[in-house]
Amino acid sequence: MGLQFYVQNALGGLAYGSLLFLIASGLTLIFGLMRIINLAQTAFYLLGAYVGLTLVAHGTNFWLASVAGGIVTMVLGLAVYSAFLHRYHADPLTSLLLTLGFALIVDDGVLALWGGDPHSIAPPPMLAGSLQFGTLVFPVYWLAVIAISFTVAAVLFVALQRTMLGVMIRASVDDEEMARGVGVDVNRAFFVVFAAGAFIAGLGGLLGGPITSAYPGLDGELTPLAFAVVIVGGMGSLSGALIGSLVIGLVNAFGKALFPELSYFTIFVPVALIMAFRPQGLFGRKL
Amino acid sequence: MSLRRRWTVAAVAGLVVALLLPRLGVPTFYISLLTQTWIFAIVAMSLDLLVGFTGLVNFSQAALFGVGAYAVAIGATRFHITAFAPVVALGIVSAVVTAAIFGLVALRSEGVGFIIITIALNEIVWGLAYQWVSMSGGDNGITGIVRPHVGPFDVSANTGYYYVCLAFFVIALLLLLVIVRSPFGLVLKGVRETPRRMRALGYNVWLYRYLALMISGGFAGLAGVLFAWYNQFVGPVALSLDQSTQILIMVILGGIGTLYGQVLGAFVVVFLSNELSAVTQRWEMVLGIVYFVVVMYAPGGLVVLIPRLWGRLHGRRTALVPHEPLLGPAGIANAPAEIAEDS
Repeated sequence: MGLQFYVQNALGGLAYGSLLFLIASGLTLIFGLMRIINLAQTAFYLLGAYVGLTLVAHGTNFWLASVAGGIVTMVLGLAVYSAFLHRYHADPLTSLLLTLGFALIVDDGVLALWGGDPHSIAPPPMLAGSLQFGTLVFPVYWLAVIAISFTVAAVLFVALQRTMLGVMIRASVDDEEMARGVGVDVNRAFFVVFAAGAFIAGLGGLLGGPITSAYPGLDGELTPLAFAVVIVGGMGSLSGALIGSLVIGLVNAFGKALFPELSYFTIFVPVALIMAFRPQGLFGRKL
Repeated sequence: MSLRRRWTVAAVAGLVVALLLPRLGVPTFYISLLTQTWIFAIVAMSLDLLVGFTGLVNFSQAALFGVGAYAVAIGATRFHITAFAPVVALGIVSAVVTAAIFGLVALRSEGVGFIIITIALNEIVWGLAYQWVSMSGGDNGITGIVRPHVGPFDVSANTGYYYVCLAFFVIALLLLLVIVRSPFGLVLKGVRETPRRMRALGYNVWLYRYLALMISGGFAGLAGVLFAWYNQFVGPVALSLDQSTQILIMVILGGIGTLYGQVLGAFVVVFLSNELSAVTQRWEMVLGIVYFVVVMYAPGGLVVLIPRLWGRLHGRRTALVPHEPLLGPAGIANAPAEIAEDS
């Protein structure tokens, strides 16, 4: 296990972690603002993947198809949010069970519409090759995924820190009642954040496809990872989600390489340590 | 007739019917669904001890249940532990130990934090069962579990096993009723209602929660043992997050904080999912819709909904759906609906 082993797994882990960020950012923001533990977030990812791969199969451009996957997911997510979820934002248990019910519906719907076979997804042709440095070979697409996720993260940070809407969202997170009192349209902030969370996860579906492929049950496998991310980073913290994604991505890659039978377990070593010594996560506030 | 006596009469009548059913020519298919009902009623009651009486919404109940089930499977296939009493003990002890470990981690938070951490804990155990192929058989699970003799009785047939599960259900219900009505149970209720005040009164809130979690784990493990024998197979589905959620739905549907209501919740979920899967391939989707309906329209459970519907039929104007959230602002499960107000 020379240097090559480490670099290879580190890059793979970072790429995978970047994908996790696309799921976990929505999970953490939606929870931070609305106290909704959105377990449908990985189902959003799966839905985005299937919508996207269908469009690609019909000749749509890969990037366009990813965005379309994000939009379809967002519309569906917002429909569920507006019809049911928004009433329960002060009631974490009810909203959690609703999102779990929704995840079941999406999962089964995907199975009904697209069948149970796994779909592998090819990266767009311009990114299909691999890079080679000496003995080190890795797909170009890994780098692309890392770049895209960091761009998304940057957009989210700027939106939260530098725009009026971001200020309103942060105010609602800090003290919802006070924010309402000074005239912040908290409900609009909720709506926007839920839309963004669903969109980004749906967008991630096709983008992550070349790495995770798409099959019914993928969402169930991603949920523990997304959860590990937000526990390490701290529920409600965007920077926590970013750091947490990279940590979990790396631990996952090395865990799978070194202890293939226990990879879920190795992921949860940092999680258990965090839970034992800092239950609110690295960047989170006390729940 | 007082409400209490009416419930007692209903319970005794129910037990008599349950005892007679296999003799009345009920098809074996339904007998085996009822066997499942008794098993899931035990694990649902064990969760109700936490949700309804201690204020802890535990999403890792399926992990405790599954540890009991896997203990049977691994004990039988690797260590040749197959006799009745040792296996039951092994399953219960494994689940209690797991609960004790979970408690050390999860009880550092309460409310929503507790929910999040128990979801993660459930996923860890599921991940082990799913991936540790050499120990757990992975996705294929472990087959070849044989139902043991109970003393002189051969219970390998469905009818015999039905009685075993029914007996354990009745024992578990009685034990849990004794626990929640004991001084210990009263402290638990105090912990649920106002943990801060209980702390001020000098009770070690953490310790009471910890003990409740271990007791609950023991009952969940027992149910897991019965489940492993029932199916003669254990797979990772038994301890998935979906399984935890289904158990919680049984608790809510039965009526949080009632104990006896949970048998109703288990009955509805077991029969619904089996009947649905016979009728449609899309039963998972229907189950998802059922989640919506239950949490939105029956958060107080059937034990509240049915009397209220009855009241409506007789012209009383009562709200069908209570407006209190399932989980209060502090993140502690709300006080269960009192049955008395509907009588």
